[in-house]
Amino acid sequence: MCQVSIKVCVRHLSDMFFFLAFICECLGPTQKMNLFQSVTSALDNTLASDPTAVIFGEDVAFGGVFRCTVGLRDKYGKDRVFNTPLCEQGIVGFGIGVAVAGATAIAEIQFADYIYPAFDQIVNEAAKYRYRSGNLFDCGNLTIRAPWGCVGHGSLYHSQSPEAFFAHCPGIKVVIPRGPVQAKGLLLSCISDKNPCIFFEPKILYRAAVEQVPVEPYTIPLSQAEVLQEGSDVTLVAWGTQIHVMREVANMAQEKLGVSCEVIDLQTILPWDTETVCKSVVKTGRLLISHEAPITGGFAAEISSTVQEECFLNLEAPISRVCGYDTPFPHIFEPFYIPDKWKCLEAIKRMINY
Amino acid sequence: MNKMYGLCFHAVRQTAGLKSSRLLQRRAFRVSTLHRQQPFDSTLEKPQFPGASAEFVDQLEFIEPNVISGIPVYRVMDRQGNIINPSQDPQLSKETVLNFYQKMTMLNTMDRILYESQRQGRISFYMTNYGEEGTHIGSAAALNPNDLVFGQYREAGVLMYRGFSLDHFMAQCYANADDLGKGRQMPVHYGSKDLNFVTISSPLATQIPQAAGAAYAVKRENSNRAVICYFGEGAASEGDAHAGFNFSATLECPLIFFCRNNGYAISTPTNEQYRGDGIAARGPGYGMLSIRVDGNDVFAVYNATKEARRRAVAENQPFLIEAMTYRIGHHSTSDDSSAYRSVDEVNYWDKQDHPISRLRHYMTARGWWSEDDERSWRKQSRKTVMEAFERAERRLKPNPELLFTDVYQEMTPQLNKQRESLWRHVQQYKEHYPLDLYDK
Repeated sequence: MCQVSIKVCVRHLSDMFFFLAFICECLGPTQKMNLFQSVTSALDNTLASDPTAVIFGEDVAFGGVFRCTVGLRDKYGKDRVFNTPLCEQGIVGFGIGVAVAGATAIAEIQFADYIYPAFDQIVNEAAKYRYRSGNLFDCGNLTIRAPWGCVGHGSLYHSQSPEAFFAHCPGIKVVIPRGPVQAKGLLLSCISDKNPCIFFEPKILYRAAVEQVPVEPYTIPLSQAEVLQEGSDVTLVAWGTQIHVMREVANMAQEKLGVSCEVIDLQTILPWDTETVCKSVVKTGRLLISHEAPITGGFAAEISSTVQEECFLNLEAPISRVCGYDTPFPHIFEPFYIPDKWKCLEAIKRMINY
Repeated sequence: MNKMYGLCFHAVRQTAGLKSSRLLQRRAFRVSTLHRQQPFDSTLEKPQFPGASAEFVDQLEFIEPNVISGIPVYRVMDRQGNIINPSQDPQLSKETVLNFYQKMTMLNTMDRILYESQRQGRISFYMTNYGEEGTHIGSAAALNPNDLVFGQYREAGVLMYRGFSLDHFMAQCYANADDLGKGRQMPVHYGSKDLNFVTISSPLATQIPQAAGAAYAVKRENSNRAVICYFGEGAASEGDAHAGFNFSATLECPLIFFCRNNGYAISTPTNEQYRGDGIAARGPGYGMLSIRVDGNDVFAVYNATKEARRRAVAENQPFLIEAMTYRIGHHSTSDDSSAYRSVDEVNYWDKQDHPISRLRHYMTARGWWSEDDERSWRKQSRKTVMEAFERAERRLKPNPELLFTDVYQEMTPQLNKQRESLWRHVQQYKEHYPLDLYDK
C-alpha cells in the first residue's frame, strides 16, 4: 500500500494556519474534501465493501450533526445507517455486541465530551473482551468515532480532548488525525484493525480543513508517528489540531530565533510510537509536547516520562509541556486557555536558552 | 407505504391498577414507521403529539402502579410437581425430562464440591446456583444450540445443559492450563465459543446492551438465530439494563431478556431494589412483550422461553421473561447470608419449593424415576464430579507468558519489552516466584 507523503502548503484559516497534505498519485483519483467529507468517504467505502458494516448513534440517519454520515442511509439502507436512542452507554454496549457477533460496528458519540457514560463499556468491557475470554471472544470489529477538541466557542462540554483517560486503558486504540487525508486513512485503519478503536475527529477542522483526498480506500498505519518536517534543535510533538499550531511555531522559530524544529504528529495515542519520538529527541536534545487537554495527567506527561527514561543523557533542557490549564474548558476565556503559538514559541526560547 | 399500526395502552383509571393480562392481549401491534400517516390536524379533537398515541381526558387522575396484585406468575406444575392445566404440559419425552433432572442435579453436585473446595483453600472463589437450577435448564432447553447466550454469573446450568464438560468447569475455577480462558479471570467466569456462551464478566448488566447489539447483527444475518440475555433483579437496576431494553425494542431485535428474580442482590432484598411491580412490569414501558413465570417450575420456564424464542425470531422483537425464584445459597463464598436473612426462610425454599424436587415428583408420578435410580445417580454423579475435581487439582497453571498475550490481537512493542523485563527479573529472583506451579 502506497505511503502517504506530505508536502507543505499553507492555507490561512481565520487566525490559524492549516497545513495541507499532498499525496502521491498511486492512491488513484482524488477529490477536494473537507474533514467531514473525508470521514463520509471512508464510511462510504466501508459500507460498500463490507456487507456486515453498520453505522449508528444519535442523529446519524439524517446525516449527523456534523454531516459525517450524509447520504449513507439512502445509499445503503435504514438497517445499516440508523439512529439509536439517546444513550451513550447503550450506543457503545450495543456496538460491542454487534462486533462480538462478527459484524463491523461503527458507533458515533455525538461529542467526545459525552463519551463518559460509555466509559465502563469501553474500559471494562471492550478493552478487556479478548484478554478475559482467552481469545474466545473479542470486539475488534468495533470503532467508536467522536468529534474532539476546541472549536472557538464550545466551552466545557463541546471542546474536550479526553484522550488521556483512554490512554490508560490497555486493549483499546486511540487515534487522532490532523486533516482530511489522514482522517480517511486512519479511520479506515481503525475500522479494519482487529482491536476496538476510538477515533477522535478535530471538530474545528471539519469544514475548515480541505485537501485533495483519494476517492478509493487507503490506510495509514496505526501506532506510527509521522515526522512532518525534519529539524536539528528541538522536537515538537502534537496531534490533531495542535499540529498546525506546531508547524506555524516551527516556522516562527526558524525566522525569529534561527531554531530548526522537527515536527512529529503522533497520530496514534495508544499504543504510541515511542521509537520515532525517542529517535528524534536523541538527535535534537530538546522536546516540546503540546495539547489542549489539561496539563496534569495529560498525555504529554506519559510522553515526557518515557522520553526522560530513554533519552536522559541526550537532553539539553527539561522536557516542556504547553497544554491547557487545569481548569474545565472555559467559554469566554478560550483565547487565554488554549496552548497557542506564542506560548509554544516562548517555551522553545526557554529550552534554547536553558 | 406508511403502514401505521396503533399502539394502544389503556390508561387505567380504576384503583385496581394495571390489568396486566388485558394489557398483553391488547398489545397486538407495533409501530413500524417513523412518520404519521396523516398530517397534523387541529380540527380533530384527538391529541396530535408525535410522542404518544392516546385520547384526551378531562379528569385529573394519576395512574396507580400496582404492586399488591401485580403481573401474575405463570406456572405449569404445582409445588408438588402435579400438572395443573394439562394443556400446558409440554409433554416432553422421558429421555428429555430425565436429562433435565440429571443436568440440574449434576450442577447441584458440582456446586457442593466446588463450594467446599473454596472453603478448603483449593480455589479462590465460587458462586453456587442453589435453587435456580430450573431457570437455567428450562430456558437452555428451549433454545437452539447456536443461539447466542449472554449471562451474568449465575447461569452455569445453561452451559452444563449445552454440554460444557466438568473438566472445563473445573479448569476455569482452578485457572489451570486447560482453562479456555487462559487463567485470566476469577472462578465461575466461564465462556465457550463452541457452545455460543459469551464469556462472563464481573461488571453487572454490561451484557444487556451488548446482547441487543448481537441480536441486531444476528437479525441482519437472517440465520434464524436468537440471542438470550440473563441477569438478576439487582442488575436490572443498572443504567445498562435500561439502555439494553430500550435499544432492543426500538431497533427490533430478536432477543429474550431473562431476569432471574431470586429475591436478593447480595444482602439487598427486592423491596430495597425496586418499588414497582418487579422487572416484568417494566417491559411494557419499553414497548416489550413481557411475562412473569415460576422460575422453580422447569416446564413453565421451558414453555415461556420456547414461545418467546419462536416469536422473537419470527417477529424481530424482544421479549422479557421474569423468572421468580429464590437464591438458596449465599451470594458467593465471600458472603454469609445468615447476616441478613433467617435460616427458616432459606429452609422453606429448600424443602417446600425447589425446582429439583418438583421435577422429581413429576418423574416419580409417571414411574420414570425410583429411589434406586436416585441413589445410584447421586453416587455416579458425585463420582464423576470428584474425578474431574482430582484431575483439575493436579494440573499445572498456564504459562506466565499468557499474562501478556491477547491484550490486542497482536503483541505490541511496549508489551514485548515489559514481557522481557519480567522474564529477566524472574530469572534473577526465581526463588521468590512459584514457577513450579506453572506450565513451562
